[in-house]
Amino acid sequence: MSEAPLIELEGITKTFGEGAAAFQALKGVDLTIERGDFVAIMGPSGSGKSTTMNILGCLDVPTGGRFRFRGIEVQDLSRDQRSLLRRRYLGFVFQGFNLLARTSAVENVELPLLYRGESKKLRREAAERSLDLVGLLPWADHTPAELSGGQQQRVAIARALVTDPDVLLADEPTGNLDTERSLEIMELLTDLNKTGITILMVTHEEEMAQYARTIVHFRDGLVERVDRGLKAGAPSVSPATSHTTSSSVGSA
Amino acid sequence: MLGMIGATMLLALREIRRHLLRSFLTTLGIIIGVAAVITMVTLGQGLTADVQEEVSGLGSDVFIIFPQRSDPNIPAPAFDDADIRAVEMQIPGVMGAAGAVSTNTTAFHNGQDWATSVDGADSEFFAAQSIDIAEGRGFSDTEESRGESVCIIGPKVVEEIFVADRVIGEDMRVGNVSCQVIGVIEERSNSVGGGDANDVVFMPLKTVQRRFIGNPDNVQYFVVQYDPTYSSATIQQQLIGLLRERRVIQDGEGNNFNIVDTAEISETLNNITGTMTAVVTMIAGISLLVGGIGIMNIMLVSVTERTREIGIRLAIGALAREVRLQFLTEAVVLCCFGGLIGILLALGFSILLASVAELPFIFDPTVNILSFVFSAVMGIVFGYYPAHRASRLDPIDALRHE
Ligand SMILES: Nc1ncnc2c1ncn2[C@@H]1O[C@H](COP(=O)(O)OP(=O)(O)OP(=O)(O)O)[C@@H](O)[C@H]1O
Ligand SMILES: [Mg+2]
Repeated sequence: MSEAPLIELEGITKTFGEGAAAFQALKGVDLTIERGDFVAIMGPSGSGKSTTMNILGCLDVPTGGRFRFRGIEVQDLSRDQRSLLRRRYLGFVFQGFNLLARTSAVENVELPLLYRGESKKLRREAAERSLDLVGLLPWADHTPAELSGGQQQRVAIARALVTDPDVLLADEPTGNLDTERSLEIMELLTDLNKTGITILMVTHEEEMAQYARTIVHFRDGLVERVDRGLKAGAPSVSPATSHTTSSSVGSA
Repeated sequence: MLGMIGATMLLALREIRRHLLRSFLTTLGIIIGVAAVITMVTLGQGLTADVQEEVSGLGSDVFIIFPQRSDPNIPAPAFDDADIRAVEMQIPGVMGAAGAVSTNTTAFHNGQDWATSVDGADSEFFAAQSIDIAEGRGFSDTEESRGESVCIIGPKVVEEIFVADRVIGEDMRVGNVSCQVIGVIEERSNSVGGGDANDVVFMPLKTVQRRFIGNPDNVQYFVVQYDPTYSSATIQQQLIGLLRERRVIQDGEGNNFNIVDTAEISETLNNITGTMTAVVTMIAGISLLVGGIGIMNIMLVSVTERTREIGIRLAIGALAREVRLQFLTEAVVLCCFGGLIGILLALGFSILLASVAELPFIFDPTVNILSFVFSAVMGIVFGYYPAHRASRLDPIDALRHE
């Protein structure tokens, strides 16, 4: 059972719009991601990175192909079933932080636990632990407006972590931050990865991608190349047995 | 789930507080609607109760007949004892008839005087008009048949010229007639001729006919009590026929008397109250509808404003129904606040208006509870569509919003 990869994409296509206005954003993506990996997705603008992330995050369903997450066929699930999957296994970090305005950091972090039906006491404890992990416990009662961009993103990471997810998805998490703040975030993600959380991250910056163990290159709605077993900085859980690149270079 | 609802409530309260003025303006329609309905129902009930009390003061299943032409400025001939006897004897269903006379006079006692009216009426009249004796006794048969100088007085007269603890057995002078007080009537709310029913001195009919009117036969008006198992319309027709004949009215000529049916009065007044309540309820209904649409509108605005928030909630795993519940709760809480304010306003208005209109204030818990429940239901009805829309948002689009 544990042999099955965490994430398997097979021939994923995604078409937006219909008829003449139809646009195929993904043209048959194949990708396998193992448990515990730190993946950076790179590629030119419009190549389908966010579209892929949305599918991986169970926020969207592919038009065609199969997406297996922990052996579950996600494309067959209903909206609410996908919500339950997100609630249970996934944490999100967005480029724009996406914290609730006028709501304190600790309450923002508590939010996912609310939908898990946890008690108020347990929510508060877990949220404070999570904030502590990202080094923001002293800022627990501050609202997003009172925090810097880097701090907001760390609150967002604390929120993603509070449910103890299997996978943390981050679409350009450092896109709105300066280099110094960005590197802090990358260090944080690296630390989290060491605790066993699988990290999927979209980035435009080579510097950030350096932190990843696997880099997936996208071009024109297809996976162009996968580089595995890159960073040895961490005591790798399992030496990423590189199945080499399992993707085909599609013709544009 | 319970924690969820608690948290949702808190969230709703926080959202309402965040836009306090907007929330208040939004619920204004509901506030006005609820306040109007409750105030009107409360006043309507007070009015009905008041009318019923007044009408019951005239006696039930009773006709009151008095001389009157279609032009009330031309005097009509009085009735006499024979008319009353004829009505009693000749019309089936009539249980009794009793005449009365009334004239203005002055009452003296203890060196004080008081302008009042003296009414001649026998115990049969007292029964038909539901006039009760509060203190002392009513007229005896002998006193009535001999026309003795005894009197039963109204509480107003007691108040004006008597020392309250000594009334029964006292002598007083009424006009030129001195008489002994044998009773005091119960406080009353109405009299046939209008005016204060408590400001009166009753003496036996015969006494007043002889000593005040100077005509032993004259009857100014009379009351007819009938058996309620008979049709009042039929009796009324027969009364008209008999009286026209006795008063020699030619065909084609109008009646020179008027018959008042107490049942008809109370029915008419009830109808008026009912119509009034219906009209105001309709206006209130429209105001509630407008209020409901206002709620829907503001909830739609709120959903749009908070699209990003909804996106975040959905992304972190909120189910459609959980998002729906959140917005529905907000609408319901908003409406309940409106309902509550409306109820409090209505309470104030009702008490105020009841005292101004001199009506009894009757608090009806049913109307208040129903109005509150109705407000909550309005929240569900008009909050459902916006809440549903929020729950159907696509998380990706919602996150990308603005
Ligand atoms: N909802 C949508 N409707 C129509 N077209 C869309 C939609 N979302 C994405 N696209 C198109 O699909 C293509 C891939 O978009 P995607 O957002 O995945 O690109 P990306 O690789 O994330 O680019 P960037 O680096 O600029 O974020 C783009 O051409 C985009 O215009
Ligand atoms: Mg993108």
